[in-house]
Amino acid sequence: MGHPVVQVDHLTKSFNGFVAVNDLSFSIEEGEILGLLGPNGAGKTTLIQMLLGLITPTAGEIRILGLDLKRRREEILSQVNFSSTYISMPTSLTLRENLTVFAKLYGIKNPERRIDELLDIFEIKRLKNTITRHLSSGQLTRLSLVKALLNRPKVLFLDEPTASLDPDIADKTRRLLRAIRDQSRLTLLYTSHNMKEMEEISDRILFLHQGRFLASGTPAEILSLFAERNLEDVFLKVARGNRTTDRPKDQV
Amino acid sequence: MKLYRVAALIQRHLYLYQRSLPRMTEVFFWPLIDLLLWGFVTLYLQRFQTNLPKFVTFFLGALILWDILYRAQQGISVSFLEEVWSKNLLNLFVTPMHPSEFLAALISISVLKLLTAGLASAFLAWLFYSFNLFVLGVSLIPFVFNLALMGWAIGIITMASILLYGQEAEVMAWGLAFLVQPISAVFYPVSVMPAWVRPIAWMIPSSHVFEGMRAVVETGAFPLEELIKATLLNLIYLSLAISFFYRNLRIVKDRGLLLRSGTE
Repeated sequence: MGHPVVQVDHLTKSFNGFVAVNDLSFSIEEGEILGLLGPNGAGKTTLIQMLLGLITPTAGEIRILGLDLKRRREEILSQVNFSSTYISMPTSLTLRENLTVFAKLYGIKNPERRIDELLDIFEIKRLKNTITRHLSSGQLTRLSLVKALLNRPKVLFLDEPTASLDPDIADKTRRLLRAIRDQSRLTLLYTSHNMKEMEEISDRILFLHQGRFLASGTPAEILSLFAERNLEDVFLKVARGNRTTDRPKDQV
Repeated sequence: MKLYRVAALIQRHLYLYQRSLPRMTEVFFWPLIDLLLWGFVTLYLQRFQTNLPKFVTFFLGALILWDILYRAQQGISVSFLEEVWSKNLLNLFVTPMHPSEFLAALISISVLKLLTAGLASAFLAWLFYSFNLFVLGVSLIPFVFNLALMGWAIGIITMASILLYGQEAEVMAWGLAFLVQPISAVFYPVSVMPAWVRPIAWMIPSSHVFEGMRAVVETGAFPLEELIKATLLNLIYLSLAISFFYRNLRIVKDRGLLLRSGTE
């Protein structure tokens, strides 16, 4: 690991008195894959959106790549990218057209070459001239990941990136992200509701609950802390607000 | 402002129009329908209104110029809605793109749309009714410029409202311009309006443009005073509209509404 590329100090966000993110401080080291875990409403999306400058914090400071997000937004965002299942791309355009627009927005030199390279890696190069609306949900997710890697980001925020992928492609995607991390010291902030995936890909996990960090550590440390065998049981324990992981009878 | 980012955003819409026949048709369809409908009404009424000189010029000129304003507004608000409909807004706002580049791109698209629709309407009016819009002479340039400025102001207000209130405000994209049309002196002079409406009408830049157009047709004189008033009012409204956009963007970021605008 290297120096911190994401530094968050006393970050708070409240909406009309409801505190979504409550005085969070943490950092992400260069080349680290940080898993952000928490039940719905824990504050994960709000946190990621603040890190991307889409939500203005109520208090606190965000520094990415050593720069203050409030003052150096443009410089930071040119070296950062984001992919989420919540968003998509214009469906009337072909993959090539969509990616060309984003490549140009990021000021990428020789965009065609970069687009071909990434489409090839994600095994969707043959669909380059296909209209985006004709893609399956798995192919759309891969397109979103290609978009997220176009500008060779130093920091990548991924919000449930493998949600629509079949196990084979999801596994390839995780391996690929790890390989890119190893090659280029890419720093990743990753959210997923697939606990096995979180356990597998994350170097470190931050467990968020009601806007606060409940726990932080390697996946093994988190399991040990909650005395559970896997992250899913930890998740259930926290989400249900009690110390039992017993599942309802109809789910057993 | 980085021009390559503005160019990228324009290219996104050019890709869309080149690929979408309904969108391409829409640019020409409504101006054509308006022109046919009101053109024939004008020809019919002309039989009875013989004491009103240059009736066709008044009416068709007003119709084409109004469409320029409407296209200018739609060029901004509908182009923005395209991003909302395609859930692409967040993708754009996480790029280094500055809001001013976004605005510049939408205004450029609006210019392309209004020129295309305006020239098509002018050609069809000449073809069907032997009406030459260019009889308005050199005044035509500041007329079009002022109507475009007003269309942009309305378009930016619409976009800022959709940003803050979500797709509930979408109806403004189709109706807001028509809300001011009755007091814009498009087809009749301000003098025919009730006395209490006239001061409001004079606050609308397009009233000065259309009054100016009628002055050109009647006297041939360049309506400098009307154009100065229209330009000043437009600059005020456009500044207010841009401030309103930045204000709403700030509120949206503060309330965390961008995710809703970008994904609903």
